[in-house]
Amino acid sequence: MSILIEGKSGTRHLLMGNEAIARGALEAGVHVAAGYPGTPSSEIIESLAKVCGPRNLYVEWSVNEKVAMEVAAAASFAGLRSLCVMKQNGVNVASDFLLHLAGSGTRAGMVIVPCDDPGALSSANEGESRHFARLVEIPLLEPGDFQQAKDMIKWAFALSEQIRNPVMVRSVTRLSHASGNVVFGDLPAVDAEAYFKHDGPALDPLQGVMLSYPVALKHRGQQEKLQQAVSLFEQSPFNTYEGPENPELLVITSSACCLYSTEAIHLLGLEERVGLLKLTTTWPLPPQLMENYLARTDKILVVEEVIRFLENEVKVLAAELAPRIGIKTFFGKKDGLLPTVGELNPDLVAGALARIFKMDYEPVAATYAAQAAEMAAKAPGRDLTFCPGCPHRASFWTIHNVLEMDNRQGFVCGDIGCYSLAMLPSGFSTLKTLHAMGSGAGLASGFGKLKAFGMDQPAVAVSGDSTFFHAVLPALVNAVHQQSDITLIVLDNSGTAMTGFQPHPGRPVDAAGNPAPQIDIASVCEAIGARVRTCDPFDLERTERTLLEMLADTPGVKVLVLKQICALSPEKKAKKMFEMRLDESICLGENCGCNRLCTRIFKCPGLNWDAAAGVARIDEVICAGCGVCASICPAGAISKKEVA
Amino acid sequence: MQQTTLLSDPYNVIITGVGGQGNVMASRVLGNMLSEQGFEVTIGETFGASQRGGSVMSHLRISRQTAWSPQIPKAKAHVVVALEPIEALRVLMVFGNPRTRVLCNTRPIQPVAVICGDAAYPDGTEIRRAIGELTSDARFVDATDAAVRLGNPILGNIMMIGALAAMGGLPIGRADFKVVISRTMDADKVTANLAAYDMGVDMIGAKEQ
Repeated sequence: MSILIEGKSGTRHLLMGNEAIARGALEAGVHVAAGYPGTPSSEIIESLAKVCGPRNLYVEWSVNEKVAMEVAAAASFAGLRSLCVMKQNGVNVASDFLLHLAGSGTRAGMVIVPCDDPGALSSANEGESRHFARLVEIPLLEPGDFQQAKDMIKWAFALSEQIRNPVMVRSVTRLSHASGNVVFGDLPAVDAEAYFKHDGPALDPLQGVMLSYPVALKHRGQQEKLQQAVSLFEQSPFNTYEGPENPELLVITSSACCLYSTEAIHLLGLEERVGLLKLTTTWPLPPQLMENYLARTDKILVVEEVIRFLENEVKVLAAELAPRIGIKTFFGKKDGLLPTVGELNPDLVAGALARIFKMDYEPVAATYAAQAAEMAAKAPGRDLTFCPGCPHRASFWTIHNVLEMDNRQGFVCGDIGCYSLAMLPSGFSTLKTLHAMGSGAGLASGFGKLKAFGMDQPAVAVSGDSTFFHAVLPALVNAVHQQSDITLIVLDNSGTAMTGFQPHPGRPVDAAGNPAPQIDIASVCEAIGARVRTCDPFDLERTERTLLEMLADTPGVKVLVLKQICALSPEKKAKKMFEMRLDESICLGENCGCNRLCTRIFKCPGLNWDAAAGVARIDEVICAGCGVCASICPAGAISKKEVA
Repeated sequence: MQQTTLLSDPYNVIITGVGGQGNVMASRVLGNMLSEQGFEVTIGETFGASQRGGSVMSHLRISRQTAWSPQIPKAKAHVVVALEPIEALRVLMVFGNPRTRVLCNTRPIQPVAVICGDAAYPDGTEIRRAIGELTSDARFVDATDAAVRLGNPILGNIMMIGALAAMGGLPIGRADFKVVISRTMDADKVTANLAAYDMGVDMIGAKEQ
């Protein structure tokens, strides 16, 4: 059982930000939650899935973020509070529906939680969801600590119901994947009934039809809802101010930057000179509240992640208020005091404060810093690599070799998942493009039509199994219909591995762990009209032969499904397939002529190069027993024995 | 007597290592041991790429007052627990100061650059000397080797928690560990984890109360 429902009201728990958000939704009486896995957001849906039975919840991992938002909206229309969760770029996927939803309005409270990733700690971008709130004109909330992450979700549901429109609550990695103490509130009763009333007066928000049409009327209504939200923001208990009545500098901040700013002020001992306005209702800004604080000083520093959003909004408001509050001097990102790329931290904020106050900020003596840097320089860097026993290493080994053998300068269009790492040397630098979910197949579909312009390089795309359903399908349908010439390789490792093995439509279970119809990728591809082959990527020889044949085959859409379960999958229970042995008397080391194929090129972390002895070795602690390196060694020094 | 107060508020601990070493679990267990006693604990961690051979770091802030930044400011680490030796050096470069204490597991995990021969892994004695020079108190333990003998290398992280408790400086003890581990694990695993914790305590050689 989960602490999220066992914890009594008033008790205090150490929760990850994502768990705090989930508890907030439970305290708000959420009944439907949907999302698509993506770091740093995944634990919200996972936490809710664990308690769906006792809390009378329907939780699903949807096929993609747009469908997740539609599923959540349906619940709202039928009178149930609903939550929709995704990582930052998931909002891009869902935004078309979101634009129209903001026009049609909602009924029961609907809260959208995007988790942004400033610094791209686990992303291929550091895009922001905040701009979507302004773009589609819905209220934006940004909790500034762990307690608020829980409490503001509950508040957001009430707000959504008051204005009958979705509310966005933006989190970031340093809240979602950080942990702090949270005091629990009450959990409501679990009973609920769904009914979609649609036959009342057409324009009645609770009884009519749910449309964004007539547009002018609905759009005006939507903007009135925003004004209603602003007046509630003016009174919000979550916007707080610390500092002197008339500070020398006002720091305006939001989200995780509240914690960085507090710490930076403390580091420099500026508590008596700097005022800190921690804003949680960040769009639209409440003008009366802002006027109250802007009027107290002439200098303002805005601290936010990643690009300017709050800074611009505050400046616009300050310009409008100028006749009453006077002309202000602004510090932040526009003047370069804070970076517009990457995440912030207490030191960056302290550095900005030190420059404004003309103070010295040296965290440690220069001599120590120099000595530590000199010693750390001896520590070799730790490039990301595929895990020991990862099927992707074997797959890309073959893909890379086959493209070399094919010798037409073929290339691979990458996609989003663990296998994105094949852009690095650990995946033999095989990927030549990497963009959004599904973009590998989409780009290949385009490349595959360029023969008419003299391009004869084979276009190959890769896709994971979850990504296949998320966004590859439309691109594949396009390629077949347009008679494009592509080879799609589906790296099927039986789960959404990168984010923690969440199920997808190709798996026989749903989010709650109940049996679910499994959609077979090979059959879907065949039904579309592609020629499909399936191999085990650990069988290097057969995979190589098959892929070579497919590339040489007549033009059209070909799909190779490489099926092998992820080395970390809970289903494997860390069980080795093979006991690996390296016979040091057979390994010829540098004299072999293989140029240390196993450790220099294949470089699975389970293999080590013992330079002193001049032989390769197997690291028993790290080796996952996949058996692939036995097929790599030309001298036959590595052998495998099946584990009973 | 188990210490009940903090030597500094906030007290800052970094647990560092390589993906797959149980870094995140160690920080959760330690955080819960302190939260249980009423401390305000904030943990910041980066684990998106944690299973893919990258460096992993958890920042723990322990306070009687409030939540602090999930990122410790530069040079403000009081204790660094390194599950892997060269990770200690990397962390000290940014977060260390001459008063920082270090608890370091001696088992290296070779980065890909070392496996393929592009870089050399520093010699063990050189690492010890470097860490010793940069800190006020450095302890080295063979946690992974001991955990392998215990039957599971992953228990190295729990051994490090036992060793950390025995080093002193944090208000934690065996009873706190038992409460937290019993709440989250099955009974059979609790026994193995307690054994690992005790071995960690013994490695430091201090008698814990």
